[in-house]
Amino acid sequence: MTTTDRHERAVRELLQIVESVYDQIDLGDIPQMELALRSKKNIEFDVRKNVWTYGDQTAHRTAKTIKGATLMLRTLHMVDFIRDMIDNKHSSTLREMYYISEGWGNGKFHSQDESNLLAEDLEIISRCMREDFKLRPEEDGARVMGDLTLIETDRKGKRKTINCRDDVGDSGYSIPFNVEKEKVEMKSAGADFVIAIETGGMFDRLVENTFDEKSNALLVHLKGQPARSTRRFMKRLNEEMGLPVVVFTDGDPWSFRIFASIAYGAIKTAHISDYLATPSAEYVGITSSDILNYDLPADKLSDQDVAALKSELNDPRFNDEFWRSEIEAMLQMGKKAEQQALAKYGLDFVTDTYLPEKLSQMGILL
Amino acid sequence: MHSDDGKNPKAAAQKGKRSIANDMAGKQQEISVTEFFEKNKHILGFDSRSKALLMGIKEAVDNSLDACEEAGVLPDISVSVERTDEEEEFRIVIEDNGPGIVHHMMPNVFGRLLFGSRFHAQRQSRGQQGIGISATVMYGNITTGKPAKIMSKVEEEETAWSMDITIDTKKNRPDVRNDQPFIWPEKEHGTRIEYYIRGRYVKGKQSVFEYLKNTAIVNPHAQLVYSDPEGKTYVFERATTRLPPKAKEVKPHIQGLEIGDMMRLARDSKQKTLKNFLKNDFSRISDRVANEILQLSQLNGDMRLSSLNRENVRDLVHAVSSVKIMAPPTDCLSPIGEDLIKKGLKHVLEGNRPEYYAPPVTRAPRVANGNPFVIEAGIVYGGELHSEGQVTILRFANRVPLLYQQGACAITKAVESIDWRKYGLEQRGGKGIPYGPAIIMIHIASTKVPFTSEGKEAVANLEEIGKEVALALRLCARSLKSHLNKKERKKKTRAKFDVVQQILPEIAEKSASMLGRPVPSLDSTITKIMNVVWIEPSSMMEKKGLRTVRYNIYNYTTSPKSFMLHSVLPKSCLNETIISDVLVEVTEEGKTTWKMEDLPPSACFELEFQLDGELSDVFGESDVFVSGLNPTMIMGAEPLPGDWGIKGMEISESENLPEEEEDEMEEEVLNDDD
Repeated sequence: MTTTDRHERAVRELLQIVESVYDQIDLGDIPQMELALRSKKNIEFDVRKNVWTYGDQTAHRTAKTIKGATLMLRTLHMVDFIRDMIDNKHSSTLREMYYISEGWGNGKFHSQDESNLLAEDLEIISRCMREDFKLRPEEDGARVMGDLTLIETDRKGKRKTINCRDDVGDSGYSIPFNVEKEKVEMKSAGADFVIAIETGGMFDRLVENTFDEKSNALLVHLKGQPARSTRRFMKRLNEEMGLPVVVFTDGDPWSFRIFASIAYGAIKTAHISDYLATPSAEYVGITSSDILNYDLPADKLSDQDVAALKSELNDPRFNDEFWRSEIEAMLQMGKKAEQQALAKYGLDFVTDTYLPEKLSQMGILL
Repeated sequence: MHSDDGKNPKAAAQKGKRSIANDMAGKQQEISVTEFFEKNKHILGFDSRSKALLMGIKEAVDNSLDACEEAGVLPDISVSVERTDEEEEFRIVIEDNGPGIVHHMMPNVFGRLLFGSRFHAQRQSRGQQGIGISATVMYGNITTGKPAKIMSKVEEEETAWSMDITIDTKKNRPDVRNDQPFIWPEKEHGTRIEYYIRGRYVKGKQSVFEYLKNTAIVNPHAQLVYSDPEGKTYVFERATTRLPPKAKEVKPHIQGLEIGDMMRLARDSKQKTLKNFLKNDFSRISDRVANEILQLSQLNGDMRLSSLNRENVRDLVHAVSSVKIMAPPTDCLSPIGEDLIKKGLKHVLEGNRPEYYAPPVTRAPRVANGNPFVIEAGIVYGGELHSEGQVTILRFANRVPLLYQQGACAITKAVESIDWRKYGLEQRGGKGIPYGPAIIMIHIASTKVPFTSEGKEAVANLEEIGKEVALALRLCARSLKSHLNKKERKKKTRAKFDVVQQILPEIAEKSASMLGRPVPSLDSTITKIMNVVWIEPSSMMEKKGLRTVRYNIYNYTTSPKSFMLHSVLPKSCLNETIISDVLVEVTEEGKTTWKMEDLPPSACFELEFQLDGELSDVFGESDVFVSGLNPTMIMGAEPLPGDWGIKGMEISESENLPEEEEDEMEEEVLNDDD
């Protein structure tokens, strides 16, 4: 399917929503829209695709309530706006759309979260991607460092071959918001595996210690919760280049969710899990047992931490032996630790001792 | 002047146990009453310079109001405060249109302490001890060395009289100079006092302005004019021409009297025997009741009253507590009344546009220490009332604002004892003075308000009073809570209204324009969404005393609807505008009923009428009720309560009205993604 085809299909799908609203009013009914229930109660494991996606439960958004009616009006405006952009060959960021909504009367957005959520709703209803709507996120790309060669088509249409270690500075290659084939082509990889790192501090430590060269690793900085493009980029490395992916984060409930969104798919974007998730990704640490085994400096769990852990215990994505024992162990000891706590044993400890030990246990390093 | 001390040797022997005020009234004392007060100014409330300035004015205004009411005159009182050339010295002038004072009595009224007819009267009045105004004159004399100038004219006398008065503090005798008649042009009757005082002028909570403003609230029949030292003049206009009914004198009620009180009454009595004393000096004691008391206390009714000793009195007091005696007659009290409290509050506070006036409560009379009393309360909420910090408590005793010693007052303690959080106000730990944009007003009317001191600043903490205050406040608080609930519900229905009035039309237009089709009709959709009869009350003040009230009645259901609409209108304000095709009846009490017959779906009926007259602003247009229709089908009005129209009904909130399903769509999104 060409880019133009994809855009045309998106407009067709979106206009169907508008038509359905119009017809319902014309028949004298209360207009409503149906979409998948976006809750952890409604995610199921898709055996075929090996990821978690939305189940069959749906939610009705009706014009009966002020919230439902407002969302419906907003949806109409947004569809109109998308159609306009596609007609005029423009694109805009989600943030720009948030400001454009000032002119949408009662349908205007009150926060940017609302515009993000609605864009995802439209993806679900129309079974298109937000990129098809010419909407892009407002995010600077995460960084990559290591022996990977790719060809990026720049904004003027020129194809540039880039090696993510030799052709970039110490801050690495920056992942663009569009990582599809027409933009980024994977050429060759000298690295043996991908290590995704939660914090910038740890990414820079591994770069400074030349972990990419010593262990033949491709370092990817997640910047907290990874953006869609970062997850898609890793999925392509895994699928197209055959590189295993491991995830290295802090040892706390929020980091567990970062891993889940990479490996199993995020609840919010479960409709495109098969496009974003890397089911074979593995968790390196920091684990609860790391905190004990390495005697890491740890902080007390806050009330929110405890609540998050408990909520994870009934999240279907964490319903396996490894995660249950990890979560229960953390609740029991009441402690969490940062990646950088490893510096207790010196700046080289993480690259000389911790990662080699953990990665060879996992069979990644020999 | 009352004084019968010394007549009774037994009583004189017990002087040490008697109240200070009586003590000081004793002629045989070497130190004169006046001299004593000069040395103990704080007892009268003249203990600081700023307070002294206010207290003087308060005493004079209280006297003027009392005098006007006694004479059946609507009070017109002006107060002026001016700085003089001397440091901290002020010239104060208070003038009224009261009945005036007979010439030969003028020196006594203004120049002798404890002069006055009210000292023993069991009747509700402002000045209860008769100490006040002469103390003001004396304080002025002492601090400035200048006399007070008094002018007074009695109706139908040819001339008015003017005199300068100073008080000889050694003898408690007025010293009169320049006593002369004069012609007072255009003054039919009234009194004017002009005096100098050293004091401090303050603003805020304990200022002259605040005192007069609060006085205006509880005396809506009075017109007060105030000229302040900056040369500004404020007019608190009369809100009603209804004079409060005149308070009658009554005998004390025997229940609740302490041993000492009873001993004093026995000593002062003109009766010879104990039984006659019981029967004739107290209210509600019949022959049968007197016998019962005597029997219980094992005392002989023929016993000479003068031989009654402390032990006898103690037995008597004990016996009285277990005898059933009718409550004291209450026509001696003159409460402000629910309508006029609301009127007074509205009149003075309207500038702050409060959002809600809880219907004021006037409790039935009760007895404390043998004196009947009535508690009245009101709560004003929201609007531009200041919302930072604690609520304002306005305390009144016999229509006099109490500005000092809030913390020591039984009224404040009763306010603090209530858990206001239940009623929608903030309060730390459910105790203490609540927080928020509210004014709590409490009035105690009594033949003898039990003050903590002669300065009359705080009500003594008697159990019966505290209990009554709390009860009255709870009633008002419940109305407040019900208002807040109603407001919350209104917000929700308003949201629904917004959906059908604004958002839905936008959806229809937008979808139509995107598809290039005609805008679809919304009637059927709107009806399905609302499925209620919507009543929207509104009102507009056309001019003073004239108000237009309107009910927009929408039928947002799928079938024609018939039902009745009810409201209680102030009868005195009705005029021909009430007459319409849908009016069914207006009863004696102003209960009004309209009938809607077959109001078609999607139709709106406009019901409009005018209220004309003094009480037009007291009517709350949102107090409208519907009958003949399932309550779940009504929005904007309450279902007609079962006890509709019964006086003092409290409209109970039916909390189980169907809640709107505000959000049918569950959208629990974990924040774990970009």
